[in-house]
Amino acid sequence: MSDTENETLTERQHDLIHLDGNLIEYITVHVGDQLFGIPVTVVQDVFEVQSLTTVPLSAPEVRGVLNLRGRIVTAIDMRIRLGLPTMEEGASRMAVGIEEGGEAFGLMVDSVGEVLSLSAQDLERSPANLDPRWQQVSSGVHRLENNLMVVLDVSKSLDMQSTSAAA
Amino acid sequence: MDDLLREFLTETFESLDVVDVELVKFEQDPNNEAILSNIFRLVHTIKGTCGFLGLPRLEALAHAAETLMGKYRDGAEVTGDGVTIILHTLDRIKEILGELEATEAEPEGVDSDLIEQLEAFSRAAEGGEAPAAEVEAAEEDAPIEVAPLERELKPGEVSLDELERAFQEADGPEDGVGEDVADPTLEDEAPAVAAEAVAEDKPAEAKPAAAAKASKAAAKPAAKAAAKTDEAPARESSVANQSIRVNVDTLENLMTMVSELVLSRNQLMEMVRRLDDSEFKVPLQRLSNVTAELQEAVMKTRMQPIGNAWQKLPRIIRDLSNELGKKIDLNMEGADTELDRQVLDLIKDPLTHMVRNSADHGLEMPEERLAAGKSETGNVTLRAYHEGGHIIIQIEDDGHGLNTDRIREKVIENGIATAAELEEKTEAQIHKYIFAAGFSTAAEVTNVSGRGVGMDVVRTNIELVGGNVDLVSVAGKGTTFTIKIPLTLAIVSSLIVESGAQRFAIPQLAVVELVRAKADSEARIEKINDTPVLRLRSKLLPLVYLDELLLLNKNRKPDEDGNVPPSTAERSESFVIVSQVGSAQFGIVVDTVFDTEEIVVKPSASMLRDINLFSGNTILGDGSVIMIIDPNGIAQCVSREVAAQLEDGPELDTHLMGEEKTSLLIFRAGGGEPKAVPLSLVTRLEEVAVDEVEMSDHKPVVQYRGKLMPLQKVLPEQEMVTEGRQPILVFTDDGRSMGLVVDEIVDVVEAQLDMDITSESPGMLGSAIVREKATEIIDVGHFLTLAFEDWFARADDGRSETATGKRVLLVDDSPFFRNMLSPLLNAAGYRVTTAADPHDAFQLRDAGAVFDVIVSDIEMPGMDGFDFAEAVKSDATWGNTPIVAMSSRTSHEDIKRGHDVGFSDYVAKTDRDGLIDVLRETLQGEGAAA
Repeated sequence: MSDTENETLTERQHDLIHLDGNLIEYITVHVGDQLFGIPVTVVQDVFEVQSLTTVPLSAPEVRGVLNLRGRIVTAIDMRIRLGLPTMEEGASRMAVGIEEGGEAFGLMVDSVGEVLSLSAQDLERSPANLDPRWQQVSSGVHRLENNLMVVLDVSKSLDMQSTSAAA
Repeated sequence: MDDLLREFLTETFESLDVVDVELVKFEQDPNNEAILSNIFRLVHTIKGTCGFLGLPRLEALAHAAETLMGKYRDGAEVTGDGVTIILHTLDRIKEILGELEATEAEPEGVDSDLIEQLEAFSRAAEGGEAPAAEVEAAEEDAPIEVAPLERELKPGEVSLDELERAFQEADGPEDGVGEDVADPTLEDEAPAVAAEAVAEDKPAEAKPAAAAKASKAAAKPAAKAAAKTDEAPARESSVANQSIRVNVDTLENLMTMVSELVLSRNQLMEMVRRLDDSEFKVPLQRLSNVTAELQEAVMKTRMQPIGNAWQKLPRIIRDLSNELGKKIDLNMEGADTELDRQVLDLIKDPLTHMVRNSADHGLEMPEERLAAGKSETGNVTLRAYHEGGHIIIQIEDDGHGLNTDRIREKVIENGIATAAELEEKTEAQIHKYIFAAGFSTAAEVTNVSGRGVGMDVVRTNIELVGGNVDLVSVAGKGTTFTIKIPLTLAIVSSLIVESGAQRFAIPQLAVVELVRAKADSEARIEKINDTPVLRLRSKLLPLVYLDELLLLNKNRKPDEDGNVPPSTAERSESFVIVSQVGSAQFGIVVDTVFDTEEIVVKPSASMLRDINLFSGNTILGDGSVIMIIDPNGIAQCVSREVAAQLEDGPELDTHLMGEEKTSLLIFRAGGGEPKAVPLSLVTRLEEVAVDEVEMSDHKPVVQYRGKLMPLQKVLPEQEMVTEGRQPILVFTDDGRSMGLVVDEIVDVVEAQLDMDITSESPGMLGSAIVREKATEIIDVGHFLTLAFEDWFARADDGRSETATGKRVLLVDDSPFFRNMLSPLLNAAGYRVTTAADPHDAFQLRDAGAVFDVIVSDIEMPGMDGFDFAEAVKSDATWGNTPIVAMSSRTSHEDIKRGHDVGFSDYVAKTDRDGLIDVLRETLQGEGAAA
């Protein structure tokens, strides 16, 4: 796919968006090698995870709790949530702050990218052969020019029961 | 000014403002029940408060208004006129309050004008008449409204009053800055009053005020009244302004900012520390101090002793006892228990309601009390304490208990549940219906309580703060309400500890003491079969390692030198936090104890809430988040055996006693085999100084807790220690203690109490193999009788062939008797299962257990033995099992009643041999019959 072609595509997308106003903005993050998109509307902030307190006996994906400006935030390691190998200890980790059910969570990711505006119409269903753990947390896939972006369903990412059942 | 009055004024002004606004909203949206309930409750509260402050005018007004609103709440059609008259009533109340504030006394006057109108509306609403009829009723009332005025006036200073009224009317515009709407009814009346011309000139809104003033001023000297009216508007708010109510959110924000400040301060301190001689040091020190003080101050703003909410109660009770003609004592325990302000505010009204209810509905009249064999004076006890992450507030009365039948009727009457549904419910479940909305048991609406707002408001408010309310009612004994509120909003003082290189907070309320345990010191951790214990004075304290419990050890990483940090158990020095939950004591072992810190408990994220070892988390002063240990959770984790040992008695277990493990205290006395006694029978282990042992009637005694305690030797030939301290086992029952002299306390072990050989020698039940050693199990009952001859009627041991292998179910609420009788019956050849109450017994039944005979106590909390026997006999499963009553109540009546409900026999509780005989006879009888 050439650049020009892609531009036209984007323009077309924009036209579509203008037509029906169905524009969704995503914050892109990397977990492992995969690009994920989190709808901007659910994101409170992006922060670096520091001084994490581990919670004994908690589910493995709960990496701990931390103090973010006076609020206690539960940090969820998306790598573990997605069944990927954990990162090395001490590596600096970014987290996307979200709020769910009145509680603050931080989804720990490898890195945070940019903000993309994509049309909702281009959202495709996740392929059926996707790992069930991924299937659970994704609400679809966007085809970008170089890669695929999995759209993260934040509520489902926090639903641990499904994981423990899978585990 | 009286504090009580000041508070009342502040509160009532606030409530009235809310009511004003809400009423107007209500008029626009008359079908909104939420608004109406809110208004209704506020007015109810005002009425209640006025009642106990002795403000009859206000009370009467509020009562009338409340009655009308009650009609609306019950579905009567709401009319504008009706709302208007309520608004006028509120204005009147405000005026009276204004005067009250100025003079600290309720102004004299008559409000029959408003009250009669309100009542007329109530009647109209009740009759379900058309709105037009209501207006008519109001208008009909108009002349009546004037009439009392006239009567008041005529005997008194007529001319002065005319003058006064003129003054009043003139003052109108200033104090009549009312929010209310014009009232045609009152306007029509105005001509009937004097100074008509002045009135006509003014805006309509001033009229009600004027009219109100007129009636109020009737019995007052004109000059004074006029002066007061001038002052009233200015002073109205002065009391209200003395304190500011701050939204807790604001405080929460403040708190957060202070935390941030602390964080920055700590960073600065750290930076300055690295500089050798910094000019910042002094100012930073000051900053640090100020920060700490600020933090403390902010914390303080949120905490209040619960006693603040109780201040009004003695007065309420006093007045209630006058009003109701009852004698009531109010006892308050734990008034200094601190509570988050927000929580306190929310439970204040419920508490008041509940105390009033207890006094009004709970307690009987003095004559009834005397007739029931109680003291004339009823008791209402308020109790507050912290219990493992919760604040418990109890309201207890010793009245007649809840009337289950009445509640049942009411529930059906009000359509809350059907008779069929109730059929399946237990008494306790039926009692809970009193928390249902709109429920009221008071046969008629009294001034004191019983409008059906009380208990449902209580429940709503308590549930609002995440708490719950429960009740236990025993017919004839009284009712206890227990409110349990989690500390999620509260601040607790906590011990900050370290375990497995991680810090945790342990609420100090659960902490009894701290012990530093060192390998070679007196306080060292010992092991019994890998179970860590600590000798704490005369007790063995079960221990639990926090790092093991939290699985912190598996993630240990070696340091630079490749050394794995030791677990707490491996360390030579550690700290034991002696904790208490309920009656259970245990020790939590940690690496280090840092400090105590006041922490704000924040609830854990919902996904962490199922870890019951934590009650929440918190942000420490240094900004880090730590988990708060829940001592209740730990208590549950302390191994099962230990838990059983800590309980008052062995836990109900469907296993038969012979297979059950029992904690045995092993000791030596007078040589020979080691002796053992079930640990649960032992009250305390003590050491008494030999020179404290005195002789009384040729028997050794010691002074123990203010009483003389007889000492008993296990064996006659046993020697007492001649110098130093003599170890003794203390047994207590029914307030009497006996000390058993022993040579040495050896150990506490978990073992099956399997009596192999029953003993011939007095004082021994028999021998059992404990830890592969023959051990004599002593018969505590024998020694108790030796010490106090009347303790049991003692005769020779009776054993029976028929007993062998027969299954006995022993139901007794007293662990002492359960533990004493089980080995006795065991020794007589029975297989014994124990149950602490009928409920437990029924669980066994439902689990399919079958017994040859049931032995039941009579006096048990909840369901007593008579009811139990009836229930057993009426059920097919156990209906044919003979049941023997065992009680200290042995009057003819009791025995007769026992036979009536189906007991095969009736034995005095103290007559153990009688019991054995009766069991034998009963079983033989059964055998012959079968």
